[in-house]
Amino acid sequence: MQISGAQMVIEALIAEGVDTVFGYPGGAIMNVYDEIYKQDKFQHILTRHEQAAIHAAEGYSKASGKVGVAMITSGPGFTNAVTGLADAYMDSIPLVVISGQVPMSLIGTDAFQEIDAVGISRSCTKHNYLVTDAKDLPRVLKEAFYIAASGRPGPVHVDIPKDVTAQLEEFDYDIELELETYKPTTKGNPRQIKKAMEAITNAKRPLFYLGGGVINSNADQEVRELVHKTQIPVVETFMARGTLSYDDEYLIGMLGMHGSYAANMAMSETDLVIALGARFDDRVTGKLSEFAKNAAVIHVDIDPASISKLVNADYPIVGDVKSVATEMLAQSDKVDGSKYESWRETIHNFDALHPLTYHEDTERIKPQWVIERVGELLGDDANISTDVGQHQMWTAQFYPFTRARQFASSGGLGTMGFGFPAAMGVKAASPEKVSVNFTGDGSILMNVQELMTAVEKKLPVINIILNNNYLGMVRQWQTLFYDKRHSETDLSMQPDFVKLAESFGGIGYRVTTKEEFDAALKDAVEKDVVAFIDVVVERLENVLPMVPAGGSLFNMMLLEKKEEK
Amino acid sequence: MTTDNARRVISVIVVNEASVLSRITDLFSGRGYNITSLTVAPIPDSKYSRLTIATLGSVKVMEQITKQLHKLIPVLRVYEHEDMVEKEMAMVKFEITENLSDINTICEAYNGKIVNAGETTVIAMVADEPKRIDNFLNSMKRYNPKEIVRSGAVALER
Repeated sequence: MQISGAQMVIEALIAEGVDTVFGYPGGAIMNVYDEIYKQDKFQHILTRHEQAAIHAAEGYSKASGKVGVAMITSGPGFTNAVTGLADAYMDSIPLVVISGQVPMSLIGTDAFQEIDAVGISRSCTKHNYLVTDAKDLPRVLKEAFYIAASGRPGPVHVDIPKDVTAQLEEFDYDIELELETYKPTTKGNPRQIKKAMEAITNAKRPLFYLGGGVINSNADQEVRELVHKTQIPVVETFMARGTLSYDDEYLIGMLGMHGSYAANMAMSETDLVIALGARFDDRVTGKLSEFAKNAAVIHVDIDPASISKLVNADYPIVGDVKSVATEMLAQSDKVDGSKYESWRETIHNFDALHPLTYHEDTERIKPQWVIERVGELLGDDANISTDVGQHQMWTAQFYPFTRARQFASSGGLGTMGFGFPAAMGVKAASPEKVSVNFTGDGSILMNVQELMTAVEKKLPVINIILNNNYLGMVRQWQTLFYDKRHSETDLSMQPDFVKLAESFGGIGYRVTTKEEFDAALKDAVEKDVVAFIDVVVERLENVLPMVPAGGSLFNMMLLEKKEEK
Repeated sequence: MTTDNARRVISVIVVNEASVLSRITDLFSGRGYNITSLTVAPIPDSKYSRLTIATLGSVKVMEQITKQLHKLIPVLRVYEHEDMVEKEMAMVKFEITENLSDINTICEAYNGKIVNAGETTVIAMVADEPKRIDNFLNSMKRYNPKEIVRSGAVALER
């Protein structure tokens, strides 16, 4: 039986097991939306901006481990979505994003709402397609899902002209994919793994350096086992938070620009870096020539291009972290964890010298306290999202993460406006957990229209605004590196966030004391509705430690010591 | 050839499909790599095309270029040439009043000859290694070439 291209899209989504699609309709994608109307196999969540649809799909994917799906129209619908595509590309999030395009006959004529969508998405997707014949649709959609989720995951964009969604063809989704040119290596080379294990056995001060790839490959359990078996200390990147539980005795903390003193010093002192699914990002390494200067490097990554891109790998292992970690675990009997005792002691002393902390020395609430407090009150019961800026770094530093996929944040691209829509996607994927979005007074306004989506679709995200009336992270840099010239970062002019939430049908709280905060959070969790908790926090608090951009990891600006906390 | 920013030639075998060339050139421009010359043509009796790219870069940069090209979905194979036969074509147009027998003799030394004669102009063609093409074009200067076109290099591993 022949069906239309639009029906094929629906059939393919159903065959892929998609249960949630985020999107926004428009002229060129109307044929597909007409078919969405007629079906009841998956839910469609109408966001109020295309960028938010992509971020919501990212949040959904992060929390569920599945491919996130979003649908948008041509022209501005697509261009609004580009930030989301770029964000997913940088953080290796598997998405399939389907956009409408003007009919084939109009392509190239500067038609209404026409833009060269695949031309734009080429540099911010793992792969993309312009489908010119509905006969290709089953294969293209099947490839899109496969490519998005396999190898190093990433977003795949499928652009479909309106006449192609109307075209009638036979539909057969039960096809074998023939991707001769795309064969990701998942199994690590056994000889290389053996050599790496020998290096670990011989090392005196080895250090696990875990990246987001551990979470992407669902290798958290294997890595936890490997760590406990070998008793080697661990630093996590921002993207890897939650791989080890915050109270794991081998977890030192997060490293990098705002990493803990102990984590950054451990990286500077180690003689063997064991990088699992991490990519030596500049926010992690600081000055490259000084990074882990005396260490050999084992680098496990599914993306060969990540290996030896920035730091030369002495033991390169191309493969899926899950598979390689399993193999390493099987060969770890010779590793004698007790011999790293003095190394662990050294790191412990680093931590004792400059622990990750803050001073409660002002009238106003300290932003770090809010994050710790949510951790105390909700802990494992919450999934955490953030926007981008100071609050994001404090969340990564102070929230007691207990599991992989608990944390969704924009790491690589650093997209303000990510948090709220992502938290909606997280909630859609994981309704049994409380979905908390830590945000700032700058970031929240970048996708604030999603209040409507969240209220309508009953996605009760609790947005905690750490409100310092500043674009805080930029303000911090201006204070430190621009002689306190706070150019265009004072956000004293603000909406009434309580009324703003209420006007959309949500609930709002303005909080100036710790007691008020506890009450507000308790109330929001109980009422289970979309909430803004606007917390007035200390205005000039800085994120510390800090490695100035381009500086060496061991040269940190540190919190000044005080007699009492 | 391990010095920094040496000239290198790579061949890239890609699926012959729409926009594949943009994927390659976008990658070069997006990551700040250099393209000295680029030649593309379909491989006979296959669904693939071959690109020959001459580029400048250190060993480390070349390694990244190769890996990044490999990451592109339609790319089947990438290899940097080490021991290759490399040729490039050039065509030069002259006034018919120039010393044609001299021109023809020099062309012969570069695997070429005069291939076309019109009412007022002639066209000479040569095919040789890119460096030798440089030399050839230098020596042609004295014959006041009106137009010069170079093809970009193609290469085959020995």
